[in-house]
Amino acid sequence: MTTVAAKPVTMAQAFGRALRDAMAADPSVHVLGEDVGTLGGVFRVTDGLAKEFGDARCTDTPLAEAGILGTAVGMAMYGLRPVVEMQFDAFAYPGFEQLISHVAKMRNRTRGAMPMPLTVRVPYGGGIGGVEHHSDSSEAYYMATPGLHVVTPATVADAYGLMRAAIASDDPVVILEPKRLYWSKDSWNPEHPTDVEPIGRAVVRRPGSSATLITYGPSVPVCMEAAEAARAEGWDLEVVDLRSLVPFDDETVSASVRRTGRAVVVHESGGFGGPGGEIAARVTERCFHHLEAPVLRVAGFDIPYPPPMLERHHLPGVDRILDAVARLQWEAGS
Amino acid sequence: MTVMEQRDAYRPTPPPAWQPRTDPAPLLPDAEPFRVLGTDAAAKADARLLRRLYAEVVRGRRYNAQATALTKQGRLAVYPSSTGQEACEVAAALVLEERDWLFPSYRDTLAAVARGLDPVQALTLLRGDWHTGYDPREHRVAPLCTPLATQLPHAVGLAHAARLKGDDVVALAMVGDGGTSEGDFHEALNFAAVWQAPVVFLVQNNGFAISVPLDKQTAAPSLAHKAVGYGMPGRLVDGNDAAAVHEVLAEAVRHAREGGGPTLVEAITYRMEAHTNADDATRYRVDAEVDAWRDHDPILLLERELTERGLLDEEGIRAVRDDAEKMAADLRERMNQDPVLDPMDLFRDVYAEQTTQLREQAAQLRAELDAEADGTDR
Ligand SMILES: Cc1ncc(C[n+]2csc(CCOP(=O)(O)OP(=O)(O)O)c2C)c(N)n1
Repeated sequence: MTTVAAKPVTMAQAFGRALRDAMAADPSVHVLGEDVGTLGGVFRVTDGLAKEFGDARCTDTPLAEAGILGTAVGMAMYGLRPVVEMQFDAFAYPGFEQLISHVAKMRNRTRGAMPMPLTVRVPYGGGIGGVEHHSDSSEAYYMATPGLHVVTPATVADAYGLMRAAIASDDPVVILEPKRLYWSKDSWNPEHPTDVEPIGRAVVRRPGSSATLITYGPSVPVCMEAAEAARAEGWDLEVVDLRSLVPFDDETVSASVRRTGRAVVVHESGGFGGPGGEIAARVTERCFHHLEAPVLRVAGFDIPYPPPMLERHHLPGVDRILDAVARLQWEAGS
Repeated sequence: MTVMEQRDAYRPTPPPAWQPRTDPAPLLPDAEPFRVLGTDAAAKADARLLRRLYAEVVRGRRYNAQATALTKQGRLAVYPSSTGQEACEVAAALVLEERDWLFPSYRDTLAAVARGLDPVQALTLLRGDWHTGYDPREHRVAPLCTPLATQLPHAVGLAHAARLKGDDVVALAMVGDGGTSEGDFHEALNFAAVWQAPVVFLVQNNGFAISVPLDKQTAAPSLAHKAVGYGMPGRLVDGNDAAAVHEVLAEAVRHAREGGGPTLVEAITYRMEAHTNADDATRYRVDAEVDAWRDHDPILLLERELTERGLLDEEGIRAVRDDAEKMAADLRERMNQDPVLDPMDLFRDVYAEQTTQLREQAAQLRAELDAEADGTDR
């Protein structure tokens, strides 16, 4: 076997490569969505798939999200493994009826007779200067729907690995693709592309001892940067990348918080009713006696996603994270 | 007698006679898109209207060019050009009375401007300083709608409400060929027909939804044919013929205003530029196809007609172009000034009354901004 050297690859390319390899490995894998064929998707993630596998396997659909998800349900019922693309986070909403009422519930309604091996790709989140309806962080909606797996990679290797795992899963997986990391590069070894933790496991991206930053997707690099900056202030921060929001890896997260005694949850979607509330509650339930301070959240504001010229004020950045870290020097009664 | 024995004698009672609920024939679109310019019908067209359409279409073209240039200078986040489609944009705006409402899609900046909106305010969404840069009630132009086809039910509801209140208001809603595949398109048309709402649906069929050509979007004979299934008339019009689009829309608006219910108009046109400045159109179409449409340009068609009828000469053309140039210069100048932004606006207008949580978050941002201003920022 010849050794293939690791080389820099963008996250978008890694997603595309995962789709390609999954299609090559299993003829039941079909890709469908708006502009996924000839154009290769607006982010070029599906580039080349229609050429290689034909337009019956990589299909430009009519412009209808409910139609895309609904027909994918039928395709899955007949034994295919559809991978559907919702072009942008906020354009998935017309398909929510199918997603919530059928994709998520089919296994349960049919007492296991009818699984839904379906992958829903959703480019999500802000930071790319998109206009209205192009920057929503919709993870809380998906998380609140029992029956869906929800994963979101932050590294090139995870983009590949989680995509392959999602497609291989016999359950529906919503894979939230952080738009602003699409062009982030990493050297990546295509020889061991699936050597990543499976769905449901979090990983410690950076070990530390004074507090844990719990984060995922687009906020992971921000937290890594914050952890670096915090060293100057004497903080040694651990960064936990959740990778999978459902199922949630309580073990990795709790183990980290028990070690450090302090935790901040960081994400860019709104805080109220957002993922951070659930995560903070779980951490508190499991680590109460180890906590030196309340679990804090650093989130986007509870507002509709702002216009591009104002988004930097909304997105949690390094400073806001460091402020929260400073508040972790909490004194009872204060 | 057994059932088997009965069989020979059995004669089923025929079901009650079936008839279509209404005669579908009048609802069907003509076989050919309706045309005025370059045909005998043009002689009957009002000279003043033709001149007006010409001036507006030229301004529209110039506006598109200017806005596209602004994307290259980084002054606009994105611009979906309607170059080639100006006739539809302009006619949609001009056909409405002041009290009527326009429901544009994200590509229809031009229709909004032709309706009287300030050209800079119409670009706010695309510049990125706010979502909707104008008060929709001022010119009765709904927010430029980004999620496809979702504004169509709004148009139906508004028109319905106006009628319930006894106002003779018409709503004109614009959507692309791709948007007609959305469930909201179907639901809007169905409601409109069932309620006989005074709505006109204008589909600009410009050949593509981003990269997807019409034949992958629909198997219907035409998009106008879809009307029949809902029980409303479908009309086909040459979308590059401003006079024809105006006439067909005017007729549909009149029909709606007089209580005749909705109409679906399909305008056959072509998107001359890429989907937006961020798109690479060479991936899905060849230049020859674009070139074929150049001879059928909306400006060209009007210019030919007007000059042939002696309604326009070199000087007239120059005057119209100068006027368009002035508009563009003004747009360029005003767009080259940085918009004045207040980050605290993030918390305004989320609710009629601020929530406690938003007040706290606003205070947090205020403190951050103050720290930034003092240079005490990390
Ligand atoms: C519900 C929804 N899905 C997807 C998109 C992304 N999108 C923006 S424009 C576009 C193509 C629209 O094509 P068409 O309706 O023909 O209008 P045109 O762009 O040609 O004016 C798509 C898919 C969207 N805006 N809304």
